[in-house]
Amino acid sequence: MTARDAMTSLERVLTTLGHSEPDRVPFFLLNNLHGAKEMGLEPREYFRDPDLVARGQLGLREKYRDDCLYSFFYAAIEMYPWGGEVNYSPDGPPTAAEPVIHRRNIPSLEVPDVESNPDLRRVLDATESMKKGIGDEAPIIGVVMSPFSLPVMQMGFAEYLSLIYEYPEEFWSLMRVNREFCVRWANAQLKAGATAICYFDPVSSPTIIPEELYGKTGLAIGKSTLGRIEGPTATHLASGIALPIMPRLPETGTAAVGVGDSEDLRSLKASSLGRISLLGNLNGIKMVNWDHRQAEEAVVEAIDAAAAGGGFILSDNHGELPLQVPEDAMMAISEAVHEHGRYGIAPGEGKDG
Amino acid sequence: MDDIVAAFRETLLSVDGIGAEKLALQNVDPKHPFSFVERVMVPVLEEIGVGWERGTYSLAHVYMSSRICERIADTILPPADAGTRGGPKTAIAVLNDHHLLGKKIVYSALRAGGFEVLDYGQCSVEEVLAGCERDDLEVLLISVLLYPSALETARVVEGLADSGRGTRVVVGGAPFRLDPDLYKRVGADDVGYSAFDALRIMRDIEGGGRS
Repeated sequence: MTARDAMTSLERVLTTLGHSEPDRVPFFLLNNLHGAKEMGLEPREYFRDPDLVARGQLGLREKYRDDCLYSFFYAAIEMYPWGGEVNYSPDGPPTAAEPVIHRRNIPSLEVPDVESNPDLRRVLDATESMKKGIGDEAPIIGVVMSPFSLPVMQMGFAEYLSLIYEYPEEFWSLMRVNREFCVRWANAQLKAGATAICYFDPVSSPTIIPEELYGKTGLAIGKSTLGRIEGPTATHLASGIALPIMPRLPETGTAAVGVGDSEDLRSLKASSLGRISLLGNLNGIKMVNWDHRQAEEAVVEAIDAAAAGGGFILSDNHGELPLQVPEDAMMAISEAVHEHGRYGIAPGEGKDG
Repeated sequence: MDDIVAAFRETLLSVDGIGAEKLALQNVDPKHPFSFVERVMVPVLEEIGVGWERGTYSLAHVYMSSRICERIADTILPPADAGTRGGPKTAIAVLNDHHLLGKKIVYSALRAGGFEVLDYGQCSVEEVLAGCERDDLEVLLISVLLYPSALETARVVEGLADSGRGTRVVVGGAPFRLDPDLYKRVGADDVGYSAFDALRIMRDIEGGGRS
């Protein structure tokens, strides 16, 4: 905590999630890959060692002074317990290899064990180390894929959309197994020291499925899953649109929603006001080429649009910054938030410091 | 015709494949089956694609509609018909990653629109370049989901330039939508934000237009 910060990161985040204004706008740099870059390692080596990941996250927070640790490794790690493989790349997140679940084998699926899986264990070990390092100074954000979105990796997107529309029995059978896995995985991370869980659910966005179908699927699954997760949750739509479903998202019990930049942030704020907090919405792809001025302008614009009254955490649009986002851009974002994000000032005044 | 278009749109948005096929079979002129494709199927697919870009329709609408239309095109068009369109020699590939949905949508939409497209599936840069050489391609469509894969398209463009091949490269996928200037930085000739952009671009190329 610096002299100008009256709150710890955890206090700041909890205050804004309570729809009150903390000392300044909290911000999350969801740079899960950048620890590897800092250490001169490829993602494959970095994510092999939970201690490196913990040290990476602690070091990144110290450097950029953001308000969380991100215990997320990469989305495809959830494929290991289902028998899947992962493709590593030196310049991006590891990705899921071939689909492992097909419609015909859904009825025989069993819920994989979480605690004994060596790959998920690495995440839990890293989370424990982060907790030892950070205590109650800043929240640790764990991640799960929603039961409704996980099949994009399990089955492949096209096959999964066909399943949703054409094979309801198998679809709901898969949802039951996935829900159990998701709840166990989330609760294991909370037990290891995560403060909150980010529930990645891009398929629920109207970008992916029709709004009316969301009510029967993603919403219902969210309600029955998030209610069993023993800690606070944020739902992330990973760049998908949120406005059409914003009135219904709070029914799931989620405290915040990760939003993209294809929708007007002021409209999102008006739609969510007092009911659900916003997490977003800086464009992580454009960020790769931002200079200091562009970063500052983007930060000020987002703060002006959504920070009043709390209920807002500044972050990126997708929940994972590309590895190509340079140090200068992240540093410029941090400086801009610390400079212009103080509460107790009228929107826009922060531009003058 | 407007009634048929409206009814066909409704069957697609309801993901009613049987209803859509029945409607097509009732209204297709056996002597000129391509007329139904041009006057009903393609306009409705385009409308749904534009609706997705505007947030009116979902990706599920786009994919399921394309798939239904592809099946109908396979039914109503004799196999030779697709080839008689005389479109440019074209292939589509997903670069590096395993996110195949975008490619499948574009492939289905182009086939429903009467274009024959070689499907390279998921490929490395080297495999794509080998395919271009082997098949003497005029147009290469590249679909990506991840930012590093988008950057890799620059290597494809460079490889094609080194070989002296005049293959036009058209890119699409989330990184290109999120940063509209990215396609220029990787050296692609054009970018499509939906399958129906791809259809429009292919028509432009076929007509000797831009790109």
